[in-house]
Parts: sequence; structure tokens; C-alpha cells
Amino acid sequence: MELIETFFNSEVLIRAFPMLMKGLWITIKLGTVSIVAGLILGLLLSLVRLYAPSSVQFLARVYIDIFRSLPLLVLLIIVYYAFPFIGIRLSPFWSAMLALTLVSAAYTAEIFRAGIQAIPNGQFEASQALGLSYRHMMLDVILPQAVKIVIPPLTNNSINVVKDTALASVVAMPDLLKQATQAQALSANPSPLIGAAIIYILFLWPLVAAVSRMERRFGAGES
Amino acid sequence: MTGFVSIKNLEKHYGDFKALKGIDLDVAEGEVVCVVGPSGSGKSTLIRCINCLEKFERSSEIIVDETPVIPGKSLAKIRAEVGMVFQSFNLFPHLSVRRNVMLAPMRVRGASKVDAEAHADTLLKRVGIFEQADKYPKHLSGGQQQRVAIARALAMEPRVMLFDEPTSALDPEMVGEVLDVMKNLADTGVTMIVVTHEMGFARQVADRVIFMDGGEIIESGTPDDIFSNAKEVRTQNFLSAVLNH
Ligand SMILES: Nc1ncnc2c1ncn2[C@@H]1O[C@H](COP(=O)(O)OP(=O)(O)OP(=O)(O)O)[C@@H](O)[C@H]1O
Ligand SMILES: [Mg+2]
Repeated sequence: MELIETFFNSEVLIRAFPMLMKGLWITIKLGTVSIVAGLILGLLLSLVRLYAPSSVQFLARVYIDIFRSLPLLVLLIIVYYAFPFIGIRLSPFWSAMLALTLVSAAYTAEIFRAGIQAIPNGQFEASQALGLSYRHMMLDVILPQAVKIVIPPLTNNSINVVKDTALASVVAMPDLLKQATQAQALSANPSPLIGAAIIYILFLWPLVAAVSRMERRFGAGES
Repeated sequence: MTGFVSIKNLEKHYGDFKALKGIDLDVAEGEVVCVVGPSGSGKSTLIRCINCLEKFERSSEIIVDETPVIPGKSLAKIRAEVGMVFQSFNLFPHLSVRRNVMLAPMRVRGASKVDAEAHADTLLKRVGIFEQADKYPKHLSGGQQQRVAIARALAMEPRVMLFDEPTSALDPEMVGEVLDVMKNLADTGVTMIVVTHEMGFARQVADRVIFMDGGEIIESGTPDDIFSNAKEVRTQNFLSAVLNH
């Protein structure tokens, strides 16, 4: 009984609810903007990584490897606390967005690269033999096929981005987690934290389930 | 006199290995040339050089319809004029049969959708696949897929058609339907260069048969010259191995 009073205190939860919703909205905004920007940057990076002159290809590889090895929290703190020393002052939202995008783009680039490389060479050759330009080969033949392959891993990556937005509370972003910790401090009761955890789960569970479904369906192999 | 397709001293190296060792070949407009030879002799490499799917040595020269085949701007013109049919069909799996045939005319020639569709339907009727136009490639048999691939190449109205073992991936009962389409095509006066193991087809349809081995042309002549009166021992050995099979 006491446990429920502590962790699921309905009075506290109801009072904290508007704060949590405000936080959820910021989390969604931050997640969406970062995911979209990461997708665009990642697609460009993957094309550079695959088809640019080899010196530029090398730079793309270095970028991808660095941002996959660097802990997101470290990057975020560098952007927020270190960049001001060189005159770059970003708000918590844009700091978090930049850090999330840079990292997401690195993962997305690898996902797109794997997707493009999974397309049989014969598709490239048939396109070339027909006289399609590089642009049309990619837009009309290769990418539409690659997209099917990359949707499950891209969804996975998007889930990770949304989860990682919680790190932004470290730089005073009023996201879902930050709102919950503040509500907890105000009411001297941890129920808002539990509430936030439940909101994260309710929000991301459908996506996780969707990935499993897709993987099962594509894995079943309709060749 | 140089041919419509003119190949001079064609060499292709993979590191130290010479896949093609100086091929000279002129193909006249409307001519049907069949290329035969053992596995690894360089037949695929030869025809893939003609539309530059394979880069070749600088000292070599290939000219198609008075345009040199070199990477760069003019390559688009060459590829629009040279159609290719692959052993493994290589249809676009995400597009319907009709869309497969419409894509290149719309994107390369700027054809309108209406024109491309009308042309596609004509070609699909010609290869006997019109009833399947709305299906996706995976729902077609191998022979049907290869006929779609031929229609797709023809949609660009090529002056030269290259075939790389178009029937080798097919079940035996489907070989005939594809060869029939190719025979009809030969009668329309399209220049054809056909790599094939179908000696019956070569004998019946070819104006000229070329025997390759070890990256070189060993012997070339009319089907009768090659199949009944081969002069080179290597040609005789190859043919007796294939024909008594
Ligand atoms: N990418 C490559 N790297 C190295 N060697 C290659 C490569 N592609 C082809 N070769 C070699 O070049 C030679 C000619 O190959 P090619 O595919 O033209 O032969 P082919 O006459 O078409 O044989 P097949 O009847 O088996 O199709 C072969 O010895 C092959 O091993
Ligand atoms: Mg071959």
C-alpha cells in the first residue's frame, strides 16, 4: 500500500500531468527535428561514402566512425559548454538537436550504405545499359528498392534518437525527463518519474512492435 | 571500311591477367554476329566493353555509329543506342512489367507517359507478354521475364542489341520462346551481337560466327565455315565437345 502511495500517487500524478505533457511535446519536437535532419544528412553521407572520389570518401568514413564512437552525452556537453568558448552559443534545444543529428546521421549513413549495397549489381548495370543518368538510376531504380530494406533499421535508429533526447535534460532542456524530475522535487514524491517512464514506454512500444513485425515479414522472404 | 560497330585492338586487363588480348572486330549494320567459346574465354567481357559496362585499356578503340566509346558525355548517346540483354534478366522488381519498359524512354528520351505506354504495349505484344503487363516481374516465368527484358531494351529503339547468354539461366522448355523472339528481331534488321551456347540458333540465324578462346578471336566465318569446316584445332575441339553433348 505504501509502495503505491510512493510510486503511483494519483494526486501527485494529476498535478504533474500538465508539466509532463509540456515535456512530452518538447521531446517529440526535438526527436522529430533530429530524426529528419539526421536522415537527410545521413543519406548524403552514404552517397559520398559510396560514390565520391576516394579522398572525400575517406573523410565521410572518418566522420561516420568518429560520431559512432563518441558518447552522445560527451558530444552534447561539448556543444553546450565548450562551444561558447569559441563564440558559438546555442540554446539547449539547438545544442541537443545538433548533437542528436550529428550522431544519428552517422548511423543513418551506415544503414543507407548497407541498403544500397544490398541491391544486386545487375540493377545498376541494367540501368546504365539503358542509358539512365546517375540521378535517375538512384531515384528510379536503386533507392526505391533500398528504402524497403532500410525501413526496419531506420525505425530502430529513430527509436534510439527519441530515447536519447532524455540526455538533453542535462543541459537544462525542459523535456519530458526534466519536467518529471522538477515535478518530483516540487512534490517530494517520485511518482512523476514513474509517470514519465510510462509515457516513454507507451510512446515507443508501438514503434518497437512495428519493427519486429517488419523484420518478421521481410525475414520471411517474399523474394 | 569500318563497320557500324568497330573494335580495334581491344585489350582488357585485370591486374596482370589479360581477359582480352587485342580483339579486332567490325560488325556491319543489320549483321547478326554470334560469339561462342569456352567459359572464361572473354565473351562477356567483349560485349560489356561495347557499352562501357567494362572499362578497357586506353590504347584500344571501340566506335559505335561513328561515336567513340569513352567514359563521359558521349557515353549517354552510346548507351541509348546500344541495348543489352543479360543472362539474369535484371528486371526492376519494384516496377510492373509495363513500367519496366516505360522507364528509360521517359527518363532518357523524355517521352511522355502516354507515348511511352503506347510504345511499351506495342513491344509487349510483339514479345507476347501483353497480357502480363500489369504484373510484377517475380510473378513471371524465366522465359517471360527475359522477353520483357528484350522489350525493355527495344523500347529505346537501339541500333545495336547485345545479348549475353540470354537463355543460359532458363529451364530448357523456355529456351525456345526467347530464341523465337530473337529470331524475329534478327529479321527486322537490328544489328545483333549474341554470346550464346545455343549452336542451333547460331547456325540458323547468324550471319557470322566468332569463336573465342583465351581472350582472343581464334576463328570467324559463316556458320557453315565454323560448324562444318573449322580450320583451327581449338575450334574443332570446342565444337565436338559441345555438339556431342
Ligand atoms: N572482375 C574481374 N576480376 C578479375 N578477373 C575477371 C573479372 N571479370 C572477369 N574476369 C576474368 O576474365 C576472363 C573472361 O571472363 P568472361 O566473363 O568474359 O568470360 P566468358 O567467356 O563470358 O565466360 P562464361 O562463358 O563463363 O560466361 C575470365 O577468366 C574471368 O575469370
Ligand atoms: Mg560470360
